[in-house]
Amino acid sequence: MTTRASNDAFVEFERVQKSYDGETLVVKDLNLTMPKGQFLTMLGPSGSGKTTCLMMLAGFETATHGEIKLDGRPINNIPPHKRGIGMVFQNYALFPHMTIAENLAFPLEVRKIGKSDREEKIKRALDMVEMGRFGGRRPAQLSGGQQQRVALARALVFEPELVLMDEPLGALDKQLREKMQFEITRLAHDLGITVVYVTHDQTEALTMSDRVAVFNDGVIQQLAPPDELYEQPANSFVAQFIGENNTLEGEVMEVRDGIAVVRLDDGELIDCKPVNVSKPGERTRVSIRPERVEFNKSRLKPGAHTLKAEVMEFIYMGDIFRTRLKVAGNDEFIIKTRNAPDQVRLEPGAQIEIGWLPEDCRALDA
Amino acid sequence: MTDIAQPLTTADGKPLKGALMRAQARARRRAFLLVLPLLAFILITFVFPIGQMLYKSVYNEGFTWQEDVTTGDRTPIMTNLAAWFDANPPGTEPNEEAYAALAADLVVLRELKAPGQAGTRINYELSGSRSMFTKAARSANKLEPPYKEALLDLDKDWGNPDLWQAMRGASSSYTLNFYLAAIDRERDADGSIVMVPENRQVYVKLFTRTLTLSLLITFLTFVLAYPIAHLLATLPLRHSNLLMILVLLPFWTSLLVRTTSWMVLLQSQGVVNDALVGMGLLGDDNRLQMMYNRTGTVIAMTHILLPFMVLPLYSVMRMINPSYVRAARSLGATSWTAFRRIYFPQTVPGIGAGALLVFILAVGYYITPALVGGADGQLISNLIAFHMQKSLNWSLAAALAALLLGGVLLLYWLYDKLVGIDNLKLG
Ligand SMILES: Nc1ncnc2c1ncn2[C@@H]1O[C@H](COP(=O)(O)OP(=O)(O)OP(=O)(O)O)[C@@H](O)[C@H]1O
Ligand SMILES: [Mg+2]
Repeated sequence: MTTRASNDAFVEFERVQKSYDGETLVVKDLNLTMPKGQFLTMLGPSGSGKTTCLMMLAGFETATHGEIKLDGRPINNIPPHKRGIGMVFQNYALFPHMTIAENLAFPLEVRKIGKSDREEKIKRALDMVEMGRFGGRRPAQLSGGQQQRVALARALVFEPELVLMDEPLGALDKQLREKMQFEITRLAHDLGITVVYVTHDQTEALTMSDRVAVFNDGVIQQLAPPDELYEQPANSFVAQFIGENNTLEGEVMEVRDGIAVVRLDDGELIDCKPVNVSKPGERTRVSIRPERVEFNKSRLKPGAHTLKAEVMEFIYMGDIFRTRLKVAGNDEFIIKTRNAPDQVRLEPGAQIEIGWLPEDCRALDA
Repeated sequence: MTDIAQPLTTADGKPLKGALMRAQARARRRAFLLVLPLLAFILITFVFPIGQMLYKSVYNEGFTWQEDVTTGDRTPIMTNLAAWFDANPPGTEPNEEAYAALAADLVVLRELKAPGQAGTRINYELSGSRSMFTKAARSANKLEPPYKEALLDLDKDWGNPDLWQAMRGASSSYTLNFYLAAIDRERDADGSIVMVPENRQVYVKLFTRTLTLSLLITFLTFVLAYPIAHLLATLPLRHSNLLMILVLLPFWTSLLVRTTSWMVLLQSQGVVNDALVGMGLLGDDNRLQMMYNRTGTVIAMTHILLPFMVLPLYSVMRMINPSYVRAARSLGATSWTAFRRIYFPQTVPGIGAGALLVFILAVGYYITPALVGGADGQLISNLIAFHMQKSLNWSLAAALAALLLGGVLLLYWLYDKLVGIDNLKLG
């Protein structure tokens, strides 16, 4: 996916810090700019400050330090109802004493939009999420997925330019979640709205977003498009957090011509791409994706470093085979191979040699 | 595939419905047995006494039966008079025959030593008549025909048509006269229903006062409790616990202590007046009269009933997720609109429950108005107590109580129609 719109900053966090208790910083020095029309996801473990960031943007929390700008205007002193930001809450927050149509009418009524206009907009918004028939029902009479759609329609009905969503799909089952992921991205594209989306489901983040901001401990660890995030993690937290990852620990021997030679803890040498190592003697964690590991010698480049490995376990998963190996003292080393007709099924106990391209093997911080 | 028209059967061919019934009957019997003690308790302590009270309000045998306390023998009294009343329609001028019947009945009363009882019954409707009965019964044996003159010689009030109307009413054990009395009505000599004289009209005024004061107190508790409950529901646990203790503290103090402490505060030489005079806001000679009148009743009862409003409100507000108001704000509502359209409607079940609770308690409140109400702040329950303890007119007390009960039930029904009883949240 690529960035859709121009690069003028629409939402801007400038050196934003947030503390609830005056003792610990929940958000530490957050800098982020996003252009209009982008779909940005905040991804991170529980308690990393994602909701806090969203709440500061929506106006329910104030930044302890720093500035948040919307369309070039600082919004620190604008109350929530004047920010014109649509928001989808994790528990949907549909008003239980109103029907679906009344829920959608609410933002239009407070904006003093005329009755006929209102009805048309409500109908359009409900049709958009395929809930046109349910206008007369109460939220309690809808299923979780239907409530989710109504919440989405309500956040969009007053045509905000920016929509915030805080784990909107957290309560849905896998199938429905995937369907809604698709629908949300489609709507966002069609309407050209800017979306800040919060989740701690990495698949969701990768499939939906233009860019993903990986949060940990109140700091953005990496802000990048999904493919870059997966293939070129900037540090070992991102490498561990996004997708499945193999880690080997060692020490840098030399860095030369864009290649770092690393001596693993059991003494073997491998070639890596130096990411956050620069000089010999540094400790490093080497990260390799399971699907980039090759054990068929003929498919490896001549001269590539190889490592000895022992097969511990073979797991048949249908479309892929997942094999657990013991490599350089690490017996949690996973490789994934496609279930193709000519694919070898490794037997537990077998001794093999594995290798990879140096650019797939990234030397990160220890 | 089974044929749809055929009733479903179990594996061994018995009808499914029957099998289901049998399977559930056991569970139902068990459930019934489990609630049986409670059911019996409610019947004995609640339904039976209230039934007795309702019965007393329409049944009084003071002028029809005499019961010997030691032997338990029951003897009918005033039978001759009752026969005459049966034969003659209301409004008939009592003739010699009527006086003869009365004289005969007085003899019976004298023998049974029951003139006091019969006199008391008539005294309920016409004060001053008890002594007439005791006096006449004493000389009943010496009465000679013509009885009319003999009795009128004894006391000319025996010719009072109101007295005869009262005796007519009392000559049947079953009567609605106590209900009439409870709404300041009586039967005149012709038997038609009229208002009692102005100086004896008390009950309607008291019912109205009870109703208005209870509504006022309910409203005041609502106004005071709403912010407290909201604070309780939104403050962090540490602070809200302290506040909760403050709310519940009055519950742990004796009602009497609380009421008397209000007396200490409010009386004319009390703390509040002293403070106002001390600050120069009030002259020493025109201290506020806040005690022994309506003001005292309202202040003390509002305070005492406050927790009954706070608790249901709190329990409802605690369940309201703060994200509703946030959602409303993000959708463009000012904080006032968000409160009015989103928060407040969700608290209505709590308001309903609290208001109903406070109102019903207030309508029947007794101790506080008795202590701080003075003459002006008395409620209907104080009058019911008066008739139970002082005038011993239990039937009238029962009729008043039954009217109160009916009024409360009516309001309850109204509430159900307007708000819906399913919406009631008591905790
Ligand atoms: N109102 C608050 N008062 C005090 N601390 C808070 C408050 N809200 C959040 N925190 C703290 O701030 C930190 C970040 O919370 P936040 O809700 O932003 O996390 P999150 O990334 O959204 O987590 P999750 O994925 O579990 O929703 C947490 O340590 C949390 O305990
Ligand atoms: Mg969160």
